[in-house]
Amino acid sequence: MTVRTLTLDGEPVSAREDETILDLCREHGVPLPTLCHLEGLSAVGACRLCLVEVKGSPRLQPACTLRAEEGMEITTSSDRLRRYRRQLVELLLAERSHVCAVCVANGRCELQEVAAAVGVDHVRYPYRHPVTALDASHPRFVLDQGRCILCTRCVRVCDEIEGAHTWDVAGRGAGARVVSDLASPWGRSDSCTACGKCVQVCPTGALFEQLQPAGGGVKRREFLTFRTRAREQGPWGR
Amino acid sequence: MNAEGLQELAEREGARRGALRHRVSVCSAAGCLSLGAGRTREALTRAVADAGLGGEVEVHGTGCLGLCHAGPLVQVASRQPDGQVDRCLYERVDAARAARLVRQHLQGGAPLAEGRVPLDDPFFARQHKVVLQGSGDSDPERIESCLAAGAYQALLHALTRLRPADVVAEITASGLRGRGGGGYPAGLKWSTVQKAAGPRKVVICNADEGDPGAFMDRSVLEGDPHRVLEGMAIAGYAVGADQGYVYVRGEHPLALTRLRTALEQAERLQLLGHRILGTGFDFRVDLRIGAGAYVCGEETALLASVEGRRGTPRPRPPYPAVSGLWGLPTLINNVETLANVPTVIRDGGRRFAELGTAGSRGTKVFALAGQIARTGLIEVPMGTPLREIVFDIGGGIPGGKAFKAAQTGGPSGGCIPAQHLDLPVDYESLIQVGSFMGSGGLIVMDESACMVDLAAFYMEFCRDESCGQCVPCRAGTAQMHALLQKLTHLEATEADLAQLEELAGLLQATSLCGLGQGAPNPVISTLRHFRGEYLAHVRERRCPAGVCRPAAPGAEPSAAAARGGAAPGAEAAS
Repeated sequence: MTVRTLTLDGEPVSAREDETILDLCREHGVPLPTLCHLEGLSAVGACRLCLVEVKGSPRLQPACTLRAEEGMEITTSSDRLRRYRRQLVELLLAERSHVCAVCVANGRCELQEVAAAVGVDHVRYPYRHPVTALDASHPRFVLDQGRCILCTRCVRVCDEIEGAHTWDVAGRGAGARVVSDLASPWGRSDSCTACGKCVQVCPTGALFEQLQPAGGGVKRREFLTFRTRAREQGPWGR
Repeated sequence: MNAEGLQELAEREGARRGALRHRVSVCSAAGCLSLGAGRTREALTRAVADAGLGGEVEVHGTGCLGLCHAGPLVQVASRQPDGQVDRCLYERVDAARAARLVRQHLQGGAPLAEGRVPLDDPFFARQHKVVLQGSGDSDPERIESCLAAGAYQALLHALTRLRPADVVAEITASGLRGRGGGGYPAGLKWSTVQKAAGPRKVVICNADEGDPGAFMDRSVLEGDPHRVLEGMAIAGYAVGADQGYVYVRGEHPLALTRLRTALEQAERLQLLGHRILGTGFDFRVDLRIGAGAYVCGEETALLASVEGRRGTPRPRPPYPAVSGLWGLPTLINNVETLANVPTVIRDGGRRFAELGTAGSRGTKVFALAGQIARTGLIEVPMGTPLREIVFDIGGGIPGGKAFKAAQTGGPSGGCIPAQHLDLPVDYESLIQVGSFMGSGGLIVMDESACMVDLAAFYMEFCRDESCGQCVPCRAGTAQMHALLQKLTHLEATEADLAQLEELAGLLQATSLCGLGQGAPNPVISTLRHFRGEYLAHVRERRCPAGVCRPAAPGAEPSAAAARGGAAPGAEAAS
């Protein structure tokens, strides 16, 4: 395997050919906000928060899908990038109904954390408050579309790890939403194994376990680390 | 079938035509059909039979004749005693006019005066047809008719005389650029796919045309499907692909039917499929039908859709030329690009490059729409001034009104105001004035159009057509549309205008694919050329064109504007 050298915010770093710029940032402790990315799942580059500048390229590139190339010069933070990240989080907060005080994920919410990290102290865009559905038909879990940021982690974990592919996205634009099976109630899903992985990977309070109080949602993601380690180190259980 | 067989079929059809005195071609493109061309054709066929002219007159359907506003159109090609062929074009041919046409022109030999369109009119004289050569002459539903006009000769030439590398070299020499909008050099794309390593390769024809007011690709497929299939086969030979897909929008049923017919006929004659024309080259073409998502015209979303997944784009690189359909190197070209290919191969790349401007070779097909006298389909050399397209060919603005702007490039494009009327229409010039070539939709607006309203229309389109995957496009277009709606309701402040511009910059820089990156372009372009109009909406609460009005009382204007997007819950209920 060939090793590449490149610069990350001016610092020379080395990378394996299968490493992304986001991997390098994590390795070198460079802070980079992400929402759709989750270690152990495929990368889609949809939230646009990890966009970085690549010298010589007119377009910004998402660090999560960008492979390290020899001689790349990456900038992860600039006035422009900081402004964009803030705007993107503001757009997310204004898009549906994110009311932290009554949310099960309050205090453990990645959207909250990212908002704080990129310096959102208020939202300048009008809150759109669309009418959204809440699916409480499942015996153990609830889906609140109003808190969904369409990161598609649930879709990917269900397809790639659990192998059930219960979740997918339906609709377009602002009307896009995650649906179970062919947009039937979750509780009636034939494919759902009730494993709860989708709930564990959800970055917000969109997917949560029933009967939890505000701020009571805890995300258990050990299974992902276990899977990742197993993939990297070879046979199971070593 | 081999080369001799192809020649023989073409000659037999030529001889059959030679024995006819009149060929009556009825425009059977979607536009004329919707105006009753089907009934016209029946009336003509019946009248010809009644007059006992069956042996010397042929009535057949053909591709778009261009003057779509004056349909149904009928062209009569008459063989004179000296062997010359005289052509007459008639407009608005209803059943009654059809009967008179048969009686006077076909039987009596004297062309009708009524409804006759002079063929020396600038509308025809200023055009130069490459892609639309076969439209209006051949019958797209009969391969023999197309073979007589030279279809598949370029493929035969490529397969028997040229190596794949020579074909790519001809395309490169021609300077042909992608006609889907981006203008990427076709030769470079072809050579990338040719050099890419893969167990198999694929050629895809992007026929997912969906810009509002654009009907170029649909017309080409309706009028001359064999030209596109031939272009695909040549591309397959050049890059080393044995499989092609045409990705057609399901909303183009006529184009689909004609393509299916063309495919069957070409396969039957071994012009597609195994051992094409008796050579060792295999190339199979299949149709994939899009469900009408605008974003599926974006190449990576198109690939996902062909693979049977939800049509959403993915970040590039890797580019489809390296890793496309199922990870195979994939050549994706637009309909019009591929329709140029047979001409490039037949005449040679250098000859093709003589037409057009230095950076933009060849011709461009435009769909003229909006406030223009002659709505229709035209093809002009690249670099033709906009004034010539709008006034000489398009007949200017109806009702004595003044030209205000032309919109090109659809929802990712921009406006060209009156002061740039003498602009040569080519890729670079359009970008210089803040517009974009796009796929060829050209919408003309007169003084009664409000540019803020126009920007709001395109933003609404992008908001509805966003795939919903990336945040700036999904949430940003909704916010921008809400702001534009505030403007058109004469409620916006200067802060709203500033926020609109800020969001425009965000979407351009951070969206995942061309849809979101291009969505702010109509706003940016109208702000550049018509900022005064925006300011009148804000400072004077007045729409200079008189289009925008305050929202109707009781409609909760601002709240409605804020809720402009389709509510997820509302959609779930439907």
